[in-house]
Amino acid sequence: MATRHSRSAARLMMAPAVVLLLGWMLVPLTMTLWFSFRKYLPLRGGDLGFVGFENYGRFLSSSSFWPAVQTTLVIVGGVLIVSVVLGILLALLLDQPIWGQGVVRILVIAPFFVMPTVSALVWKNMFMDPVNGILAHLWRFFGAEPVQWLSQASIPSIIMIVSWQWLPFATLILLTAIQSLDSEQLEAAEMDGAPPLKRFAYIILPHLARAITIVILIQTIFLLSIFAEIFVTTGGAFGTRTLTYLIFQRVLENQNVGLGSAGGVYAIILANIVALFLMRIVGRNLDA
Amino acid sequence: MARAVTPRRKAVNTALAWAVGLILFFPILWTILTSFKTEAQAIADPPIFLFFDWTLENYAIVQERSDYMRFLWNSIIIAGCSTLLGVAIGVPAAWSMAFVPSKRTKDILLWMLSTKMLPAVGVLYPIYILFIQLGLLDSRVGLTVVIMLINLPIIIWMLYTYFKEIPGEILEAARMDGAGLREELIHVLTPMAIPGIASTVLLNVILAWNEAFWTLNLTAVDAAPLTAFIASYSSPEGLFFAKLSAASTMAIAPILILGWFSQKQLVRGLTFGAVK
Repeated sequence: MATRHSRSAARLMMAPAVVLLLGWMLVPLTMTLWFSFRKYLPLRGGDLGFVGFENYGRFLSSSSFWPAVQTTLVIVGGVLIVSVVLGILLALLLDQPIWGQGVVRILVIAPFFVMPTVSALVWKNMFMDPVNGILAHLWRFFGAEPVQWLSQASIPSIIMIVSWQWLPFATLILLTAIQSLDSEQLEAAEMDGAPPLKRFAYIILPHLARAITIVILIQTIFLLSIFAEIFVTTGGAFGTRTLTYLIFQRVLENQNVGLGSAGGVYAIILANIVALFLMRIVGRNLDA
Repeated sequence: MARAVTPRRKAVNTALAWAVGLILFFPILWTILTSFKTEAQAIADPPIFLFFDWTLENYAIVQERSDYMRFLWNSIIIAGCSTLLGVAIGVPAAWSMAFVPSKRTKDILLWMLSTKMLPAVGVLYPIYILFIQLGLLDSRVGLTVVIMLINLPIIIWMLYTYFKEIPGEILEAARMDGAGLREELIHVLTPMAIPGIASTVLLNVILAWNEAFWTLNLTAVDAAPLTAFIASYSSPEGLFFAKLSAASTMAIAPILILGWFSQKQLVRGLTFGAVK
C-alpha cells in the first residue's frame, strides 16, 4: 500500500525526530571525544592543548579508578541479584489467586513512582539515621546496637535503597511474563505428579528466561548511571563512589574536563557493550 | 494461569502477599504519616504509628519557607511541556514507521533506542558548556528540551508498538469507501490511536517528573523542579523529619496517583515492547 508519494511523506514525518536525535547524539559525543584528548581545566588556565591519550591513561591509573569500578560492579550486581530473585518470588506469589490482588499490586509497584531524591532522603534520614531512624528503633527494640548505615555499611545501604526502587519494575515485568504462560502445560505437569519445585525449574523458569534477561539488561543500563541516590546520601564518600559519580566529580567538582571526558568515553563504551545485547533481543522481537 | 486452589492455600497466599506488599509500601506510608506529625512526635521513641495529634503545620511551613509552589510549577511545566513536545515529534515518526515501513525502519528504531543508552554523565560537560553558552543554564526551556530528548526514544517506541496493533485492513477498507487521507486520519486512525497516545503521555510525564540527573546538574534556583527541591533538604533540614516528609509527600503525590493508572503501560514502555 506504500506508494512513492506516501514514502516521501513518511520520510518527512520522520525527519524531525531523526534530526533531533542525531544532533543530540553526535554533538555532545563529538565534544566529549574532543575534550578527552585535551588538557582542559576551565578554572586553572582553560584549554592547555592537545595531550593525545594521556587523559585515558591517567584516568585508568588514578587511585580512584579501580575502587570506583569495583563499587559500580558491587552495587549493580547486588541490586540485580536482589531485584531479580525477589522479583521472581514476588511475581509467583502475586500470580496466585489472592484476595485484594489489585490493591497488593499497587502497594508493590508504588516505590517505582517515587522520585530518586525522595526515596534516597527518606531512607537516609527516616530509616537509616543511627539515632532516630526506624531501623535504629527496631535494632534497639531487639537489644542490638543501631547500625551507622550510610557510613559503616554504606554499600549495602545503597543497594537496599536502589533495590527498593527497582524491585517493583522487575516484579511487574516478570509477573506479566508469568501470566502469559500456558496454564494447561502446568496442569498437565501437576497431574503427572511433578512436585512444585520441579514445575518451577522445568516449566516456569525456562518460560521466564527471556523476561529475566530483559530485566537484567534494562536495569543494568539504568543502574550503571544511578546518580541522585548517591548524590543526596553519601556524596560519594564511604566507598560509594561509582564510575558515574567519579566522572561527575572530575568534570563538575574538580573541573578537570579532559580527564573527566576520557572517563566519560569509558562509560559510554561500557554502556554500549550492555546495550548491544539488549538491542539484539529487542531487534529479534521486532522481526517476530 | 489462575487455577483453582483450596481456600486455605488462598488464605495463606493472601496473608503473605499482603505482608510483603505492606512492607514494600511502608516507607511511603510512613512518610505520609510523618508529614502530619509535629517534629517531636516524628522522632518519638518508640515511634508513634497512628495515635498522634494530626497537624497540617508542616505543609504550611514548607510552603512558606521554600516556596514549594514555584518548584511544583517548574515540575509541571517541564514534565508537561517535554512530554507534549516529545509526543508532537514522536507521533508522526512512529506513525510513518508503523504504516509505511521500509527496509530501514528496523535499523532506525534500534538506532533511536541506542541513543537512550548513552550514559548521561558521558556527555555532562558538553551539555553543561553548551547550556552556559546558549544562556540556557537554569532555564525551564533548556531543561524541557533535554528531558524531551532523553525520553523521545521511549515515546517513539511506545507509540510504534501501539500503532503496529492497528490493523492495516481498516485503512484499506476506508480507502475503498473513498476516504481521502484527511478523512482517513481524522475519522479512522485517530480514534484508534488515542488510547496508545494517552498511555505514552502518562508514562512520559512520570519519567520526566522523576528525572534526577539533568534536573540536579542543570538547574540552580529559577528552573529547579521538585527533584532539586528535595535534594536541597539533604542537610540540615533533612533532620527535621516532619518537614522532610511533608515536602516529600507533596513531591510524590501527583505521580503516585498517575502511576496507579499506568501499570500496564509501564511494562510496555520500559521494555520497548519486548514484554507485553
